[in-house]
Amino acid sequence: MTSVSMTVNGKPASGEVEPRTLLVDFLREHLRLTGTHVGCDTSQCGACVVHVDGTAVKSCTTLALQCEGADVLTIEGLAQGDQLHPMQEAFREHHALQCGFCTPGMIMSAIDIINRHGGVPDETTIRHELEGNLCRCTGYHNIVKAVIAGGEAMAPGRAAAE
Amino acid sequence: MARDTGIGARVKRVEDQRFITGKGRYTADLNRPGQAHAAFVRSPHAHAKVGSIDKASAMEVPGVLAVFTGEDLAADEVGALPCGWAITSKDGSPMVAPGHPCLAQGKVRYVGDPVAVVIGETLSAARGGAEALEVEYEELPAVVDLDAAQSSDAPLVHDEAARNTAFEWELGDKAATEEAFAKARHVTRIDLVNNRLVPNAMEPRAAVGEYDSGTDGFTLYTTSQNPHVARLVMSAFLNIAPEHKLRVIAPDVGGGFGSKIYVYPEETVCVWASSKVDRPVKWTCDRAEAFLSDAHGRDHLTHAELALDEQGKILGLRIKTKANVGGYLNLFASSVPTYLYATLLSGQYDIPAIYAEVDAVYTNTTPVDAYRGAGRPEATFVVERLIEVAARETGMDPAEFRRRNFVTSFPHQTPVIMMYDAGDYAASLDKALELIDYSGFAQRKSQAAREGKLRGIGFSTYIEACGIAPSQAVGSLGAGVGLWESAEVRVNPVGTVEVLTGSHSHGQGHETTFAQLVADRLGIPMTNVAIVHGDTDKVQFGMGTYGSRSGAVGMSAISVALDRVVAKAKKVAAHLLEASEGDIEFKDGQFTVSGTDRSIDWTSVALNAYTAHGFPSADLEPGLKEGAFYDPTNFTFPAGCHICELEIDADTGHTRIVNWVAVDDFGEIINPMIVEGQVHGGIAQGVGQALLEHTVYDESGQLVSGSFMDYTMPRADDLPSFSLDFTVTRCPSNPLGIKGCGEAGAIAAPAAVINAITDAVGHEDVAMPATAEAVWQAIRKSPAREAAE
Ligand code: FES
Ligand code: FES
Repeated sequence: MTSVSMTVNGKPASGEVEPRTLLVDFLREHLRLTGTHVGCDTSQCGACVVHVDGTAVKSCTTLALQCEGADVLTIEGLAQGDQLHPMQEAFREHHALQCGFCTPGMIMSAIDIINRHGGVPDETTIRHELEGNLCRCTGYHNIVKAVIAGGEAMAPGRAAAE
Repeated sequence: MARDTGIGARVKRVEDQRFITGKGRYTADLNRPGQAHAAFVRSPHAHAKVGSIDKASAMEVPGVLAVFTGEDLAADEVGALPCGWAITSKDGSPMVAPGHPCLAQGKVRYVGDPVAVVIGETLSAARGGAEALEVEYEELPAVVDLDAAQSSDAPLVHDEAARNTAFEWELGDKAATEEAFAKARHVTRIDLVNNRLVPNAMEPRAAVGEYDSGTDGFTLYTTSQNPHVARLVMSAFLNIAPEHKLRVIAPDVGGGFGSKIYVYPEETVCVWASSKVDRPVKWTCDRAEAFLSDAHGRDHLTHAELALDEQGKILGLRIKTKANVGGYLNLFASSVPTYLYATLLSGQYDIPAIYAEVDAVYTNTTPVDAYRGAGRPEATFVVERLIEVAARETGMDPAEFRRRNFVTSFPHQTPVIMMYDAGDYAASLDKALELIDYSGFAQRKSQAAREGKLRGIGFSTYIEACGIAPSQAVGSLGAGVGLWESAEVRVNPVGTVEVLTGSHSHGQGHETTFAQLVADRLGIPMTNVAIVHGDTDKVQFGMGTYGSRSGAVGMSAISVALDRVVAKAKKVAAHLLEASEGDIEFKDGQFTVSGTDRSIDWTSVALNAYTAHGFPSADLEPGLKEGAFYDPTNFTFPAGCHICELEIDADTGHTRIVNWVAVDDFGEIINPMIVEGQVHGGIAQGVGQALLEHTVYDESGQLVSGSFMDYTMPRADDLPSFSLDFTVTRCPSNPLGIKGCGEAGAIAAPAAVINAITDAVGHEDVAMPATAEAVWQAIRKSPAREAAE
């Protein structure tokens, strides 16, 4: 066992883990932050996406120890009190979720897309960039709408410079 | 008050708050105090005798608590998983359906068949034990290929099933159909593969079984679409515990699509084992296991023929289908290729004679059962491919050909059991033609050709039978259960309402739509309504959610219970207003003595129902709570028209869907936003089947496409945005006029895609999934190209 410390959703978090413990298991089992999901074992589905130091990562493919000292943001840390993040709001507004299982990873990826592009890219780009997130329920139609709307709310008036 | 949340309003979902904030509670999120973990040892062989199992080899692994095998289950008289729908072969013999032991009894019949379970202090201890467990197998020859499985020299999956045949079933009038074909001017013949699919709900299955020795009671938390059916099967067939000692809870469930209807070995073993080790036992399926162990879908081989007269009117249709059922006949597996399939072969058309033969065939593969649409996508694929090919062969416009053969008067009795109650098929076709700008297609096609692209258009005017189902009807066809639904409406003294429903939501948004109905009827805010589901200790009984039944059947039950609540509330109001019951009107949450201004509101009536002061005890009981068991009078018949327009890159075979129009008739719609979402998701699954999803076994029975790296799930950039619209004919068979919408997309889409691809490449020889490679090959075979080369 090795001890690991990081900041999770703005609060210090530490624990004793095995070297092979995955970030997703640290979040789910040690910190009981079960909003981050596991949908596969081949790093394909994106249900486990969180942000580490501001960038989206698949927490099923990241070791907890790799995140020593890092700043980790999960779905539970997005809202400011009762104030939802604009992307969360957009997912609800546009019915971008059904069973909700893919949703946390989808929202974390969506925010990352907008951040990386510095605004809202076009629909083709969004669809392409969502390749690492599988949803079996929605057919993606409303997810794409939500990413556009959420992106606009995050950075009003800014289309991404392509 | 209820107007903006009433029936027909696009109300945002109540359940979303917890899902978008990470507060959903799925089975895998639950941990029980003292819980141990289960890992399953699965057969690595498609077909083998199981020899000795050396439990000590696993018990030596630190942290392993116990190892159980089929012998241990047998010693406790835990039964085998049954098939719940009895089918009779055409020679009158019953189907051959040996049960599926939860852990192998002497033999394994597919790769992944559970052989033993190891219980460990931790998940890694359990997995370590499972890895270490020594099991002797004597490998047997496997039968994998559906087409070869019935030959006399094929190895037998079950000794008692000769020619690997579970049943040979027929439906329709053989003689009348032969007569129709004898006088046909033209006969269209096609052979079709309906490819096997892996459901892949994004949440893998999971279970936590917990035994309480104090009460001798069990609790099972599990990923189920129908917890009461799970409890019934575990009690009545598997002998886990009687129903009053077994509580099944299905909390938030991350998608089902059919795959979570069934009672599986793993969940059963977890709850049983919890009493053996006297600890809660948790199991979470990983995706690799899910590929092997979740019931698969589809997998048909069909020869189909359509007889036409000289005017292009359909005279008759006949099919012969082989349905792969895998290694065991799963819970609903026998109904899927029979009563949920051949009964829909009339499509939207007036077909005087139909004859269907279906053989259900065992192979050494994962069991196949209902997957979104269950039989109806297979039927629609047959009918809509036949229709399209027939139109092309006879030189008719495919839209016109359809219109010429549509059923136009209702009720309409088909030759295959179903009585269509309402519809307007031309209306949805016309609207779809307009939306896709059909008249402009030829120009778009030539424009595309100039850019080196092959453009095609394909129709699918589908029908489905939903709202399953009248208990009397399904009982006479062999179902082991009745398919009604239950509801209980409990009014609290402050006027808030809890609705207990036997339906189960795993993405459908019942907490919203059901509450809309209640708010609309009672004139109270939606926030004052809670929908309770998924717990057998709270809801007395229910049949669960599948077959697009929760609107038509589940909400109808709520509707009847609401009628009863209002009737009782009127009695209370009459007492309070000192009026006669017949003079009380109820509207917008207000009880009024008709023709007067004397009234009392909902909240006061609710409170008084519980204070009950001065109630004349003989005719007015305290309290306000009513229930209903609603049994539908007929199936419902959603129908519609989907049109797919696509472009193929002739150099790569890559298909891009450029336009998708869907005009569906679902009857009355409670929440269009949610209905549209169901259609989007259904189309995506149908497009996945048509273009991407390929379940491949090698000849030894190993699943080659057993992960998301090998099995192509539809991704965002495989799909377009869709254009949706609706037509409405009210369903006359239930009080709300609802037909159901959950499966339409998956039913309609495959035929639309393949009709469009075959249109683009100019011949009919394109099988699903039409991957880029397959389409590229098909382009090489196109008559125009062959002529040019
Ligand atoms: S769990 Fe599927 S990508 Fe991480
Ligand atoms: S909402 Fe169910 S998987 Fe995306």
